Amino acid sequence: MLNYVIKRIAIAIPTLLILIVISFVLMHAAPGGPFNSEKPLPPQVLANIEAKYGLDQPLWKQMVNYVVGLVTEFDMGPSFKYKDRSVNEIIAQGFPITITYGVLSFIVAVTVGVSLGAIAAIRQNTWIDYLAVGISIGAQVLPNFVMAPLLVLTFTLWLGWLPGGGWNGGQWQYLIMPVIALSTSYMASIARITRSSMLEVLNTNYIRTATAKGLPAKTIFFRHALKPAMLPVISYLGPAFVGMITGSVVIDMYFSTGGMGQFFVNSALTRDYSVMMGITILIGLLTIMFNLVVDLLYAWIDPKIRY
Amino acid sequence: MSHFAKSLAAGAFAASLTASFAYAAGTHPVTGEALADEQIFTYRVLDEHSSVDPQIVEDVSGSEIVRDLFEGLYNQDADGNLVPGVALSHELSEDKLTYTFTLRPEAKWSDGNPVTAGDFEYAWKRLADPELASPYQWFIEVMGLKNGGAVMAGEMGLDDLGVKALDDHTLEVQLEVPLSYFPLTTTHASTFPSPKWVIDEFGEEWTKPENIVSNGAYVLTEHVPQERSVRSRNEMYWNNENTIIEQTIALVINDENTALTRYLAGELDRTEVPTGQYPRLAEEYPDEALSFPRLCSYYYTFNLSDSGPEAFKDVRVRQALSYAIDRSIITDNVLQGGQYEAFTFTPGATANFEVPEVAFGQMTQAERDAKAQELLAEAGYGPDNPLSFSMIYNTSEGHKKIAIAMSQMWKQKLGVEVELGNMEWQVFLEERGNQNFELARGAWCGDYNEASTFLDLVQSGSGYNDGKYSNAEVDQLLADAKTSEDPSANYTRVEQIIAEEMPIIPIYHYTNVYMMNPALKGSWPVQNVEQNWYSKDLYFTAD
Repeated sequence: MLNYVIKRIAIAIPTLLILIVISFVLMHAAPGGPFNSEKPLPPQVLANIEAKYGLDQPLWKQMVNYVVGLVTEFDMGPSFKYKDRSVNEIIAQGFPITITYGVLSFIVAVTVGVSLGAIAAIRQNTWIDYLAVGISIGAQVLPNFVMAPLLVLTFTLWLGWLPGGGWNGGQWQYLIMPVIALSTSYMASIARITRSSMLEVLNTNYIRTATAKGLPAKTIFFRHALKPAMLPVISYLGPAFVGMITGSVVIDMYFSTGGMGQFFVNSALTRDYSVMMGITILIGLLTIMFNLVVDLLYAWIDPKIRY
Repeated sequence: MSHFAKSLAAGAFAASLTASFAYAAGTHPVTGEALADEQIFTYRVLDEHSSVDPQIVEDVSGSEIVRDLFEGLYNQDADGNLVPGVALSHELSEDKLTYTFTLRPEAKWSDGNPVTAGDFEYAWKRLADPELASPYQWFIEVMGLKNGGAVMAGEMGLDDLGVKALDDHTLEVQLEVPLSYFPLTTTHASTFPSPKWVIDEFGEEWTKPENIVSNGAYVLTEHVPQERSVRSRNEMYWNNENTIIEQTIALVINDENTALTRYLAGELDRTEVPTGQYPRLAEEYPDEALSFPRLCSYYYTFNLSDSGPEAFKDVRVRQALSYAIDRSIITDNVLQGGQYEAFTFTPGATANFEVPEVAFGQMTQAERDAKAQELLAEAGYGPDNPLSFSMIYNTSEGHKKIAIAMSQMWKQKLGVEVELGNMEWQVFLEERGNQNFELARGAWCGDYNEASTFLDLVQSGSGYNDGKYSNAEVDQLLADAKTSEDPSANYTRVEQIIAEEMPIIPIYHYTNVYMMNPALKGSWPVQNVEQNWYSKDLYFTAD
């Protein structure tokens, strides 16, 4: 087991390096640059700026400098667009915001999703099942860019209960709508996956045996059915969790939370190379990490899996 | 050598200084209006500001913040006239090359240090310094400071720049050539003073709320990137007694519809009106919906370089295409925000600019359409030989609507086939900048309130002239205008030449379309197209 973990971490390093190289090349291959605008800068001014940020050097050298800075000092460089901030600062400020509403959404999505799916499976083909499936399909087809304005319209404009956006240090009133908007579609997917995998498990021989033995339904469900039924859900949750905590563009834009999704998209549009790189690396790192966590959880849940 | 003094202090201004302060009673000292208990101004910005360092800031929303945090030599009143800031007045030498500013002795930084002429000298040299590499470094050349170009290029030392503190309260500025608009440039954010001792201590970190020291009516107290920035009253400001707004909060809200919803929910005091919604809002909220001119032009430019299509080299084709655009449909039916139809490049709202009566602007649309058909036929295009070309714009709903309307007008009236192409912003800039287009969208906002900020675009050497239009007479007229006492005749002539030769198709002149809390009073500069507003001049009345 330990060997496996070490091996996986060792593989992560070249993976990240490849990610950096590919992103770097793609980023610089895109037309334009961070200092282009409707009013092009005079050549002298542009030359001064490019010299300051080292953009006048050959690409391979920029890349080497970047990796060296990253490895030795954990320095992701200055932002080209927000000139008095470094990428480290931008991530340090935006990431906690995104994590907060991401983790909350994750908890909501998993709790509600798994419950809905499980109930639907246990009461298959009853009105409860239809209702649960109906809710999850409804939540799935309602994308968050539709959900968000509907929530604001209802809770801000009509009822006047909640602020229409902002973060304000993460007060609870500011969290409710982003969490609902972000969690619904994840919740729907989790509910559907749970339902189908639970149905499969409930129809296996060992559950039938347990029922025939006269075990109480509660014991069968929690002791014997839930754990194996969770396997497909968990493989879905790994990437979903990373997606949630690294920020949703729609949520960040719509609710103006100040989270990372906004920076990520804006950096791509304005060619703010260093911010784009920094967030890409962070997302890459988290994805690798949580895939590992998911694999380890697998082994814990399913004794058949060995590393 | 005779000097002539120019005093800028207005009577009302002086009176307000000596007026007794009566805020405790909740009334405005000059107008006597009842003031609201809470004086917090919250407004929406589209995007996170680039910086609050005066010499680095390059965007509109950042400059708005910097104008509150720092104070330059002069400020502007609601009509755009100069009023004293840190400078009380200035004298101009007879050769019009040397300005001597007298600074206010009581001005202080937020840490209590006095604001001196040296702070300005330091700031301007900092702006010119190639090492700082400010994106607004070129403003040194707009200001016309002596040796500006050479210092920017690193060929001369910073000490050769034409700015010098004679003593703590006297600043001497030397120009390359006489520039009548020079005092106006001192209201620009990049000319504001900076505190050397703070920059030396904190380096690039000096603009963080915990480090920043500023000399304006406000200090930066909070900043959450992409969410909000808060500026609060500066107790050390020389005119703090007359500042009424306690706090100004800028909220970053990318989506204008979201912003409008939040405005209607009472979370904001000011926001922009989304395209097409102004007529409805003006009817529903007549006290709150505002539309007023802005110093910006929307146009399309022909590619007149060698890589451009042959057809556009014929002036009749260019005229025909411009004539056939019914601009009123675009302003009244597409945009619906009170925008102005444009027949000249420079907006009519520009200071000292009289919109010349260009011939095609005087015709009715029916006459223009008839003339367009005639011109295109003369140029040899018709049903058997239809004109076809492509036009590009950057991806945006609004630009798309306008492009579709234009291509439809051309198709219906002239039988012209147009291929529309939209591109992501950076790609668009790259293609247009490399003359990789036939007809391309453009928009231009003035850097200062003078026609040359627009017309420089048609100068053949200009880096902004993506269509590569070149006319020796235009170049000469613009070069002469730089040093002329009254250049307005030159500008009029250039506009007439543009209307005849039509290197660009002017479409409309922008407006600012706002929803604004009716209790917000003071001098919101609706008359000043540059929109240089200062929180210190605003207040909320009790309603």
